[in-house]
Amino acid sequence: MAIIIWIIQLILVPILSPLFLGVIRKIKAHFQNRVGASIFKPYRDLWKLFHKDEVISEDASWIFRFTPYLIFTITIVLGASIPLFSNLFSNNLLSDFLTVVYLVALSTFFLALAGIDVGSAFGGFGSSREMTLAALTEGGFIFSLLALSFLAHSTNLFSITKTISNFSLFDFMPIILVFISFMIVMLCETAHFPFDNPATHLELTMVHEAMILEYSGKRLALIEWAAANKFLIFLSLGANMFFPWGLTAQADIWSIVLALVVFSVKILILTTFVAILESSIAKFRFFRLPDLLFTAFVLSAMAILLIL
Amino acid sequence: MFNLISTQFSFFLALLLLAIGAIGSLIFAKKDWLANLWGNGLAILASVSGLVAAVKVLFFGESFTYVINSTLPNLSFSFMVDKLSAFFIFIISLIALLASIYGLSYVKHFYKKYNLGVLGFFYNIFLAGMLFVVSAHNGFFFLIVWEVMSLASYFLVIFENKEKNNIKAGSLYFIMTHVGTAFIMLAFLLLYKTIGSLDFNVIKENIGHMSLLSKNLVFIFSLIGFGIKAGIIPFHIWLPSAHPAAPTHVSALMSGVMIKTGIYMFIRLFVEILSGTELWWGVLILIIGIFSSLLGVLYALTEHDIKRLLAFHSIENIGIILLGVGSAMIFLSLNLKTMATLSLVAALFHTLNHATFKALLFMGAGSVISQTHTRNIEEYGGLIKFMPQTAFYFLIGSLAISALPPFNGFFSEWLTFQTIFNGIQISDIFIKSIFILAAGGLAFTGGLAAACFVKAFGATFLARPRNEKVLQTKESSFSMRFGMGVLAFTTLILGIFAGVVSKIILGVVNNLNGFQQISGIFSGQGKTFELSNGFAIVSTPMIFLILLVVLFLVYWIVKILTNKRKVKIGCTWDCGTKLEPRMEITATGFARSIIMIFKGVLKPSKKFEVEYQDADMRYFTKSRNIKLEIADIYQVYFYQPLYNLVISFSSYVKRIQNGILNAYVAYIFLILLILLLTFSF
Repeated sequence: MAIIIWIIQLILVPILSPLFLGVIRKIKAHFQNRVGASIFKPYRDLWKLFHKDEVISEDASWIFRFTPYLIFTITIVLGASIPLFSNLFSNNLLSDFLTVVYLVALSTFFLALAGIDVGSAFGGFGSSREMTLAALTEGGFIFSLLALSFLAHSTNLFSITKTISNFSLFDFMPIILVFISFMIVMLCETAHFPFDNPATHLELTMVHEAMILEYSGKRLALIEWAAANKFLIFLSLGANMFFPWGLTAQADIWSIVLALVVFSVKILILTTFVAILESSIAKFRFFRLPDLLFTAFVLSAMAILLIL
Repeated sequence: MFNLISTQFSFFLALLLLAIGAIGSLIFAKKDWLANLWGNGLAILASVSGLVAAVKVLFFGESFTYVINSTLPNLSFSFMVDKLSAFFIFIISLIALLASIYGLSYVKHFYKKYNLGVLGFFYNIFLAGMLFVVSAHNGFFFLIVWEVMSLASYFLVIFENKEKNNIKAGSLYFIMTHVGTAFIMLAFLLLYKTIGSLDFNVIKENIGHMSLLSKNLVFIFSLIGFGIKAGIIPFHIWLPSAHPAAPTHVSALMSGVMIKTGIYMFIRLFVEILSGTELWWGVLILIIGIFSSLLGVLYALTEHDIKRLLAFHSIENIGIILLGVGSAMIFLSLNLKTMATLSLVAALFHTLNHATFKALLFMGAGSVISQTHTRNIEEYGGLIKFMPQTAFYFLIGSLAISALPPFNGFFSEWLTFQTIFNGIQISDIFIKSIFILAAGGLAFTGGLAAACFVKAFGATFLARPRNEKVLQTKESSFSMRFGMGVLAFTTLILGIFAGVVSKIILGVVNNLNGFQQISGIFSGQGKTFELSNGFAIVSTPMIFLILLVVLFLVYWIVKILTNKRKVKIGCTWDCGTKLEPRMEITATGFARSIIMIFKGVLKPSKKFEVEYQDADMRYFTKSRNIKLEIADIYQVYFYQPLYNLVISFSSYVKRIQNGILNAYVAYIFLILLILLLTFSF
């Protein structure tokens, strides 16, 4: 049974991630008085891209070719090492939160290199912006998960969910602060408003899209899929670390199914929240973003002082 | 065979070989190739011998003391190699070994231009000086060898003396290092005054007799003295100019190893001899650590001279090491020895790691410089196609220094984080806040270091060449690639077998006075590394293995599914114009947004200069210049006022020196009178 759970855990993120991308686009379309594409369109996009030929720049080195595979791999590994629908894997060796943070950093590092690699005018700017934001996000990211670690007295993400799910509502005061901080980090890391506009290719503002501009075919598919995975990973962290209810501790079939349903509902709520946020606020000017990121850092630091 | 050679023998053999290497190089100075072979060859042999000695102490505990008495009072040539010394001997010998192999072909471009005999002489003396420094056990002797090390490195900094800047950098280094030595002397004299001996053992045993005031003074003096050598902010100003000036394999040694002798003395003196009595000592060191790491990386971002960039990263990493040392001292003063042990393990581990990846990065930079003959990152670009192996090794170094898994930098930063987390859990609100600041500092440092190395690697190796010189470059010679390759492999091995290495380092810490019985802080098997309080567990081999397996699977699945799809080679999207190197992002442009975000600290300035075709009709410009600068706040707010003070004081004192003989006789008489009066009462 454990092996089945492990396999579900491993493939859940890549299977579900395009769906939530579709959902977020659908909701945004509704806000813009459009019907919008089907929520399954991201799957069809991936399918289409995998069936296309590829054009690679003559200036590209192996870094450009290698990066999509590495980034996709990292998202798969991360998806398997965070709590999704169960908290059965507290002995998981990759679930230390610093490991998760630095694996995310590893993928960002390579993506930024790939952006520079082809030598286009856009890629370099994208990389510069991405690394600027990533450097400033790291403080908030580490501190938000650190606050939870102090609550649970463990840096293992599974143990944290287990401990926090036993808390009374009263104990949630500092967690709310941390949650706000984490949401800011999430929006930044996953290239959403107010940090980045995932739907634009405007050279003045794009960050993530600028780096991947030269990709096509299967490598673009891998990168797009990895981005969707990363979004789902952050959504699951947000949903499970801060609202750790409904995670199954048993390994029988019905509790797994129930847990999967609860998981989907939680993610759906968070997705809706992100979609509403994206539809209701404007993108910030680049040099105002650090204020937001430092706010995230300070909120978590305050929470740590409250917790201890 | 291994057991037949005693530790003592191999240690002194190393020193002897270095002496032969030094003198031999001078003798063979006429023939460039022979001097090179002799100087570096003997250094290689000596390093192997040093490694044997270090390994024997570290693994078999065969530490030794050796004393040669001299006729001078208070001076005895006393050596003591315990595990802490052996740990540093290991680092020195390891890096020296690979740097010398690298040097064999690196110095070839000095043939006929500079005297290689002199280089070999000072190089060997420098290595010997470092070995002496970490094993000397008498204050007087220590000062002598400290000077030997500093002077030898000074001569290496000014070795390429045809360039004016190197002489200037050397002078700055010369002055700063001697200010440092002066402070160290003051500290030792204070110790001698109360204890009556300069032998480290005697001082350690009688430290209880010392008053708190003199202890504090000793702390401050040695903090400044050794801090200058370690390159802590604000005493770092010599470092970014001196390290780049030296030949690259020497820069690797200076940045990777020499500045660590300051750390060695911090641990020896503050943790062991003075045994960390005061809380504020640790707090001060921790704060210095925070500032050095954050500011170091920010200044590195502003640099576009590749060796200066790496030198600033040394300051950053010294800061990270000091976070470990500082927390150890805080825990020690609160009598939390278990936590202090963990902090020291983190600090020593990062010392080892920084030595490996910084030496690797310097060698990579040297490899690029020897081909392109410039240190300016903006003139590189696209080198990955011309020097693929150098690029690969530099990339590994960049990943390691950015603390990315599964390389060694990740583990030591992880460990440093854990020790800081321990500190945050202390109930005292003041200490807690300091540690929260430290954790924040370390978090931002990691992110900014990653940004800086995307910049350094990207601007150097990726995109299209920005200069014709790049087109003529080719991969560097075998011995240089060998040096880098071994170091790159070492960073990976140290990362993967981090659990085992931490056990060895724990042995080093347990060998320190007062840490003997502390064990069970963590359990590090081959696979996992777990803190005993159950707070955290990490497994670098698993991270590596899982990444590798999944990567392999993803690659093959995608390959099988898409094997019918073609890959076309086209050109980068050029927006309809001709693709030019100036379309690429530059290193300056890359870092500009971070610099603007931290403009409060960095104080960037921007100067425009426009020259018009016709000064009366300002429409057509002939040339435009833009000059971006970072204010040197240490110069303006600290060193310049200090300099002015010294100068004005000197001119005041100068009046005594009036050149009249009668006056001088009067001075002598007056002094005599005062002395007689003081001693008669």
